[in-house]
Amino acid sequence: MSKLPVKAKCVVIGAGIVGNGMVYHLAKLGWRDIVQIDKGPLPNPGGSTGHASNFIFPVDHSKEMTAITAESMRQYKEWGTFTETGGIEVARSQERMQELARRITSAKSWGIEGGRILTPAEVKELVPYIDETVIVGGYYQPTVGVVDSLRTGTLMREAAAEMGAATSFANIEVLDITVANGRVTSVVTDQGTIEADYVVIATGCWSPKLAAMAGAHIPLTPAVHQMKDIGPVPFFAGTKGDIEWPIVRDMDVFMYERQHGTGLEIGSYAHRPILYTPEDLPSNATAALSPTEFAFTQADFDIQDEHAYELMPSIVGDENVREKYAINGILSYTPDGMPILGETPEVKGLWSVAAVWIKEGPGTSKSVAEWMVLGDSEIDLHSSNIARFHEHQKAQFHIKSRVDESFNKTYGIVHPLEQYASNRNVRLSPFYQAEKELGAVFYETAGWERPFWYECNKALVEKFGDKVMPRAAEWEARWWSPIINAEHLQMRESAGIVDLSAFTLFDITGPSALAVVQKAALRQMDVAIGRVVYTPILGPNGGFKSDLTIMRLGTDHFRVVTGGAHGMADKKWFSDLLPADGSAQIADLTSSYTTIGVWGPKSREIIQAITSTDMGKDAFKFSTCKVIEVGPLRVLASRISYVGDLGWEFYIPIEQGAKLWQMLWESGKKHEMIPVGIGVYGTTGRLEKCYRAYGPELETEYNVVEAGMQSPKLKDADFIGKAEHVKHRSETPVTLLCTLYVDDHTSSTGVKRYMMGNEPILTLDKQPIVDSHGRRSYVTSAGSAPSVGKHILMTYLPTELAVAGNKFIVEYLGEHYPCSVAQVGATPVFDATNERILA
Amino acid sequence: MDVLVCLKRVPLAGGTLILTPDSRDIETKHLGFGISPHEENAVEAGVQLVEQMGGTLTLLTLGPSDAEEQLRSQLAIGATRAVLIETDGQEWDPQGTAAALVDAITAEETKFDLIIFGAESADSAGYQIHIRVAHALGRPIVTNVKSMKIENGIANCERVVSTGREHYEAPLPAIVTVRDGLNIPRYPSVPGRMQARKKIVDMKKAEPRVPKLEKVTLALAPSKDKGAEILGKGADAVPALVDVLKQIGAF
Amino acid sequence: MILVLIDHDRGVIDPLSLRALTAARKLGHDIEAAVIGSDGASLAAITGEYGAKVLHVAAHAALTDYTPMASGRALKDLVEKLKPAAVLAAGSPRGNEQLAHLAAFLDIPMAAECSEITLGAPHHVLRARWAGNLIESANVHSDLLVATIVSFSIEPEAVQGAAASIAQFEPDLQPADTVVKILSRDSGETKGGVTLNDAKVIVSGGRGVGGPEGFGNLEELAALLGGTVGCSRVVTSSGWRPHAEQVGQTGTKVAPDLYIAAGISGAMQHIAGMKNSKTIVVINTDPEAPILRYADYAIIGDLHQVIPALTSAIRQAKG
Repeated sequence: MSKLPVKAKCVVIGAGIVGNGMVYHLAKLGWRDIVQIDKGPLPNPGGSTGHASNFIFPVDHSKEMTAITAESMRQYKEWGTFTETGGIEVARSQERMQELARRITSAKSWGIEGGRILTPAEVKELVPYIDETVIVGGYYQPTVGVVDSLRTGTLMREAAAEMGAATSFANIEVLDITVANGRVTSVVTDQGTIEADYVVIATGCWSPKLAAMAGAHIPLTPAVHQMKDIGPVPFFAGTKGDIEWPIVRDMDVFMYERQHGTGLEIGSYAHRPILYTPEDLPSNATAALSPTEFAFTQADFDIQDEHAYELMPSIVGDENVREKYAINGILSYTPDGMPILGETPEVKGLWSVAAVWIKEGPGTSKSVAEWMVLGDSEIDLHSSNIARFHEHQKAQFHIKSRVDESFNKTYGIVHPLEQYASNRNVRLSPFYQAEKELGAVFYETAGWERPFWYECNKALVEKFGDKVMPRAAEWEARWWSPIINAEHLQMRESAGIVDLSAFTLFDITGPSALAVVQKAALRQMDVAIGRVVYTPILGPNGGFKSDLTIMRLGTDHFRVVTGGAHGMADKKWFSDLLPADGSAQIADLTSSYTTIGVWGPKSREIIQAITSTDMGKDAFKFSTCKVIEVGPLRVLASRISYVGDLGWEFYIPIEQGAKLWQMLWESGKKHEMIPVGIGVYGTTGRLEKCYRAYGPELETEYNVVEAGMQSPKLKDADFIGKAEHVKHRSETPVTLLCTLYVDDHTSSTGVKRYMMGNEPILTLDKQPIVDSHGRRSYVTSAGSAPSVGKHILMTYLPTELAVAGNKFIVEYLGEHYPCSVAQVGATPVFDATNERILA
Repeated sequence: MDVLVCLKRVPLAGGTLILTPDSRDIETKHLGFGISPHEENAVEAGVQLVEQMGGTLTLLTLGPSDAEEQLRSQLAIGATRAVLIETDGQEWDPQGTAAALVDAITAEETKFDLIIFGAESADSAGYQIHIRVAHALGRPIVTNVKSMKIENGIANCERVVSTGREHYEAPLPAIVTVRDGLNIPRYPSVPGRMQARKKIVDMKKAEPRVPKLEKVTLALAPSKDKGAEILGKGADAVPALVDVLKQIGAF
Repeated sequence: MILVLIDHDRGVIDPLSLRALTAARKLGHDIEAAVIGSDGASLAAITGEYGAKVLHVAAHAALTDYTPMASGRALKDLVEKLKPAAVLAAGSPRGNEQLAHLAAFLDIPMAAECSEITLGAPHHVLRARWAGNLIESANVHSDLLVATIVSFSIEPEAVQGAAASIAQFEPDLQPADTVVKILSRDSGETKGGVTLNDAKVIVSGGRGVGGPEGFGNLEELAALLGGTVGCSRVVTSSGWRPHAEQVGQTGTKVAPDLYIAAGISGAMQHIAGMKNSKTIVVINTDPEAPILRYADYAIIGDLHQVIPALTSAIRQAKG
């Protein structure tokens, strides 16, 4: 074995499916001088790759996850390590049948074809050894398959070596990762130090430990997934090769069964969550099996034995079919269920590719390699961005409590709006107590407790009657209340006060502050002091990286206001643009200021009553901000609106927030001002104004012109993505973001159903709609538009189909509903000329 | 035929052991637990005897309450019931252990025709508990048995010794210790596991005695790397090996 | 005085007993030896050579063959008569068993597999556990120390002493001591007359051999070197080879002049059974296999190529 080099462009730590994928894809994209190390032996260094069950169901409700999985499958096939077996998710309950229909719907939206619902008898035909009487049906996906992840890793590693790009070293233990001036400098090992420009942590469940060496955080926890191999099964005696029979997922008991040679592997996500820390994992030498294969704890599997027996009695119930092998296998779990990818916010040049499962490995590696080499990935990875974590989300308590809660949801039916119950009440606004007294129903964003609606507004539901568009079906009524729509209607009549404490705020200051915000923002930032600019933030390919608001507070002083969920990623984006000479700084003010919004036709009167500042139409113009005095307080007021009504956002030091709230509240009383929840702010208000949101509508895959957000004039200053944006402006867009109305909500059983987002939009003959770039039409956002009395669907449609009045079909939970284009582009369906906002 | 098999819960260690900070025990936080290897043969022998001759198979262990896990696994293989003499988790010395086993055995209603031990425990290897139990119960004992037949109330046993094999007979009730190779132990089936959950594990308490063989500390045996001389790769290295073999006079 | 039990098979001494005698001598007491069965009287010369002044011979018609409970009784009688400070024996299956009977008769502790003994109150020992991977430091609370000496912890050293004087005695055997009867004995399933225990050369195969058919090459090499074939536990549990060939803690512990380990990674329990071999040669594809730590020589490579090449090279060299 050759000696460990003392210098490298990039050190990849880890030789599991991810580390090998990183080495290969970095090499393929042209990087050379890559050194790969692992503390274990090759080809199986003892991480989770070595014991993974290796099957891939290509379907997920997350578009990002599905895209990564599809890309991974493509690569596995290319390496010849994929065996297509088909897979069946069986349901034991009607609720699960609905969920299976929803999965097929998601699959269609993301371009995964071939899924179909089976009757128990049809399931039995495909898998003769199940007892079809315990199930009510199944979902068959013929493209499910099994991969050889160790072999794929080896092939990728060898390919990188053949390119002369990478050298791999086994049995090297990392002792330290050094950092200077915020940038990674070297990897210290038991066999010498390697200086490196880039270090990639691809060490799965050990990642937190390695990140900590550099002062960075990869918030994941090792967790146990139990599996048991039984055999030999007489029924499988004649099978050739590793696998011939479809993989079965017994969804309601959170288990799977797969034939493996003459054996049957039974896996479970149903047992109690068993969490470890990376420090708990033994070394290769002290481990009985491997460092990620712990001794099987039968007591945790007792119920699973019974469930497996129920489903496959002829095999599992055979006294002569015996346990061959059983382990508590260690996998990585994150507090929000998504991988942890990208450059760490703490250390430049230190990249994380963690919490990646076999089904995602090669695709993730390719995307992160693109991100490293080209500055961005083709597949949008915003849900997996390591920069997403807020400080409190890096705490062990948060990681453990969330994983403890979500582990059993691995195969669970998770409602799109489902809230975590654990580790709540971490970030409370100054009005929390007042809101609680008003009957606020709190949802969580980035640790903040935010009222989603207020029970005190219940009486308004009666007042507005059918206009609140009540929902009869439990699924859509779950995590929802008609009060949201009632609050919306009342706000449009009088006014509403909204707690916006969850905003992430950061100031950019210094002589280069303007240059920094100009570089980031699509819109002109060289504006008068006191201007408020809503602007998209583009990536190098001209796709969306964010959308946010920037206030110019001084010549060299800008304040960025962005959503809580994406705030930390935005902060990293801007931080990365700060010049090295220190001529601009960034300061996070999220915990210094709280924000209150007041909107509605009465808002001016309410505010004017308590301030000496002239809040008049011309005195305080839309899109401007200034400091006003409200009694004893000096408040930064900003006249913008995300809900479509006249009003302001008020920024106030957090300790004075309660006082401001109280003054606004008192003043609002005689104008029938009500407290309004985020249900209005985030959904109904926004949707009927056709405001786009980052994530659902705005993402890397779509550009400004397609989203209908191009300004008439392009600023002269350079900004990220400008070249691509210029190109987009000169071309006819191939797709356009449209607003659709659902024309008839009635299902086959006569119940009115309301789509929730992510459903496929189909042609009238029920065919998927694909634009010339291969992008499918699906519902990016859905929700009530109470002021227009419609349920709104936002979707990108190929330009030739994007014509007002055009009719389509939306598929929801396996049924089809007619819908039609209400609006092409960004013009709102409510108050199209923005008279209310500009009032 | 009523058979009793005595078991010990032991850690399932990997290639290298680590000790607890106080150096009194093996660090087991990464490790699973099982029973000593020869004891798997003991249970298998018991199961086979009961399958052939009818009767009951009882398991007996002394250990922490967690040892129920090992008892359940062996019940899943076909034992009838189990008795767990619960300790505080500390290791008991051989005399104390034997005395507690004897008390538990004599307290049983069943007068076991055959008591089977594994030839040695994986962890402490004291080579004496079975003999102390035999003395206390006044029973004949045959050790290191690698083949056994029970006929007409007599245990016919074969043991392998350095010079070959010896055949013994012992009248029942008797005690034997068995070795790996006696049989091929079976693994549990899922139905076996399910039945085992319903089987009885009697929990008993015993008072610890002052140990006469008193463990003070443990230390890892020095295992220095002999620093193997690598003669080369593949068949190309064969001439070098032939030279070595000549040197040491292997031919 | 320290009494050492000398184990023998119809007058043929177990060489491990000489190690026990040597270890006993280091404790600075007079040494006397005991043998069970009148055949043992022939061992006066050799026990004397290794330092025993007296050889106590337990003579009884029931003691011709191995009868461990009766041995324990005989030792008990001797101990009561001679009042030694300690009774030692080799840490062999027989040594451990007979002394365990003695300790059980006297209801006193016994320390098995000791590598170091300090007499005192209490006595202190270091003893091997976990297949020799752990050393326990223990106190033994009893007047008389009953202990066995771990194999291979000490090399036998002669002192060229005169033959021990024979002291015959007849133990007071009880009926219970001889309930277990020996029926027959034979030399077991050995091929070519070489057993694992007395083979000078062992060619051992592990998982890397790949299956039962792969052992043909190993047998050929073993025969050529006048040795026998051994194997690891995974081989016997897979049913590729009989259990009699298993080397390791649960198989046979061996210490041949030459041990060739082919395709064996080196689980703790296998190492325990072969690490005392004089020369260990490893043939393995994995340069990181744990067994390499114990090897004197190694070839990194596939045994399916190396072993046949080695066999033909030795054939050639032999001419």
